[in-house]
Amino acid sequence: MKALKLNKTTRRNYLTYALVILAYAILQIMGSTGSLSSSLKGMLVPICAYVVMAVSLNLTVGVLGELSLGHAGFMSVGAFTGVTVAVALQDAIPAAPVRMVIALIVGAAFAALAGFLIGIPVLRLNGDYLAIVTLAFGEIIKSIFNNLYVGVDAGGLHMSLLSDKTNLADGGRLIIGGPMGIGGIQKISTFTAGFLLVMVTLVIVFHLVNSRAGRAIMAIRDNRIAAESVGVNITKYKMMAFVTSAALAGSSGVLFAMNYSTIVANKFDFNTSILVLVFVVLGGLGNMLGSIIAAAALTILPEALRQFSDYRMLVYAIVLILVMLATNNPTFKAFFSRFKPGNRSGKEAA
Amino acid sequence: MFSKLVPVPSSSMIPDRDIDKSPILECINLGITFGGLKAVEDFNLTIGRTEIAGLIGPNGAGKTTVFNLLTKVYQPTKGTILLDGRDTHGMNTMQVNRAGIARTFQNIRLFSNLSVEDNVKIGMDAHMHYNMWSGIFRLPSYWKEEKTAHSRALELLSLFNMADLADVKAGSLPYGAQRRLEIVRALATNPALLLLDEPAAGMNPSETAELMENIRKIRDTFQIAILLIEHDMNLVMNICEGICVLNFGRVIAKGSPADIQSNPAVIEAYLGKQKEA
Ligand SMILES: Nc1ncnc2c1ncn2[C@@H]1O[C@H](COP(=O)(O)OP(=O)(O)OP(=O)(O)O)[C@@H](O)[C@H]1O
Ligand SMILES: [Mg+2]
Repeated sequence: MKALKLNKTTRRNYLTYALVILAYAILQIMGSTGSLSSSLKGMLVPICAYVVMAVSLNLTVGVLGELSLGHAGFMSVGAFTGVTVAVALQDAIPAAPVRMVIALIVGAAFAALAGFLIGIPVLRLNGDYLAIVTLAFGEIIKSIFNNLYVGVDAGGLHMSLLSDKTNLADGGRLIIGGPMGIGGIQKISTFTAGFLLVMVTLVIVFHLVNSRAGRAIMAIRDNRIAAESVGVNITKYKMMAFVTSAALAGSSGVLFAMNYSTIVANKFDFNTSILVLVFVVLGGLGNMLGSIIAAAALTILPEALRQFSDYRMLVYAIVLILVMLATNNPTFKAFFSRFKPGNRSGKEAA
Repeated sequence: MFSKLVPVPSSSMIPDRDIDKSPILECINLGITFGGLKAVEDFNLTIGRTEIAGLIGPNGAGKTTVFNLLTKVYQPTKGTILLDGRDTHGMNTMQVNRAGIARTFQNIRLFSNLSVEDNVKIGMDAHMHYNMWSGIFRLPSYWKEEKTAHSRALELLSLFNMADLADVKAGSLPYGAQRRLEIVRALATNPALLLLDEPAAGMNPSETAELMENIRKIRDTFQIAILLIEHDMNLVMNICEGICVLNFGRVIAKGSPADIQSNPAVIEAYLGKQKEA
């Protein structure tokens, strides 16, 4: 007998990978045959970025069970640090994919650091403190990047706050220009990069959830006192989930930013955090496939509704309500649960 | 007239086979007050290495509070707890568990969205070593430890004939099975002292009989001490070697089941003072 049999969760994870790969393949083929509208083409990378955001936030909200209202803040930290590095390395490393990978890693690392610093005081407390603190964090980060000036010249990186005092030498270049954000970005994000980031995110999240860490994280969510009573280190595991979630959001920010020639801090505001939270709630807490579908669908929807022009937001809201009603309707749920793999039949056979 | 009882020496509960060994647990003048209410006061108890001991008393006597003190859900306001001779002062719930005390809860606290097997595996977490990266990259240490954890979980579950329920969601188990799973999960932490808070509550007589067998089996197999709170006097008198009776937060009697059954202070506490007509 195999030591670890293919259980329900594993099958569901494989289904998620398969659907993502399938979607990528179909879109690539459609792209190469020219049957993809240019507006949809332009949305492929943002969709990937939002998918990564939704999956990573689901790790905090659905798996760990803590509310975060500032996930866009981590996206922002990742975007600004990652892009800064990518711009600074533009001459040193000509190969775009290599620069992209470095930027992704740097963005993830800085977002992880931010998550860690927030986590130290907050995750030791029990209660909804994280929601409040992340909310403030998102706003603070926005103000910081709106007032930050970073430039690079032969002498290295120069920084100043509030006004441009970087005093760059000749040939130097202002990277972050306060409220103007970062301009003149080389658009090196590609759909393939986005797809790969989604896959990496899924592997990290699924493998984390499906290991002793994930078990412990879900145990804390289900019953903290019981988890403590069996020797689970609450703070450590909360931190692990939250920092991982922040790091992935950071890499998503890099992917997102490098898809545009300019990026400003106001792009990553409270509305973005709430939007991602909506993806997570609509897709189902702890349900990564649901998050992916919700993120993709709700990113495309406003574009698809363009013909309704003035009534766009109204239709959007109605669709949201309908989806919410549908996903919470017991008859609907029972109907769809029949299609979920391995509900009844597989149990005895395995 | 029975209210002043001569204090019994605390070692009188320890069964003969444990008498030469140092006790696993010693509570010395343990106490806690909740805003003026002395929920537990001057609590003294010594438990032998392989003893099955009972903690009984009327509703609201402070039994669960004693468990919460032992496991540091509440920090005692007075007194000392020595676990295997070591002072647990300053430890938190997690550290006390790692030091050797595991418990179940009166109001069941399972990880209800997780499978039965995962519930048990979480009990083993403190004894597993592979780190986050080994988990994410599925390194050999992940496969090795997960395999061990899987077989040990099934082994522990089969003690209670629950191995075939391994994949069931814990929250959907029947009540009795949930109580048994809590015991298995506690055992998975490899405790030296197991605290059971009303393990037979809500069980039917045949389940209770089976539980009694299982509690003995656990003690015999793992050679650990068990302290249980229970209202089912049949169970308590049958399997406990020593019994401690609480009333209004104070110990009113201690001794063997036979002593306790005939102790007038205990009878009074349970039945109320018999008024002379
Ligand atoms: N956190 C708390 N704050 C205030 N009072 C408390 C607290 N916990 C327990 N008490 C009080 O302490 C007393 C003892 O409660 P405890 O739960 O220990 O009783 P018990 O012996 O377990 O009763 P039962 O048999 O009903 O389970 C009760 O009067 C209870 O109200
Ligand atoms: Mg109680």
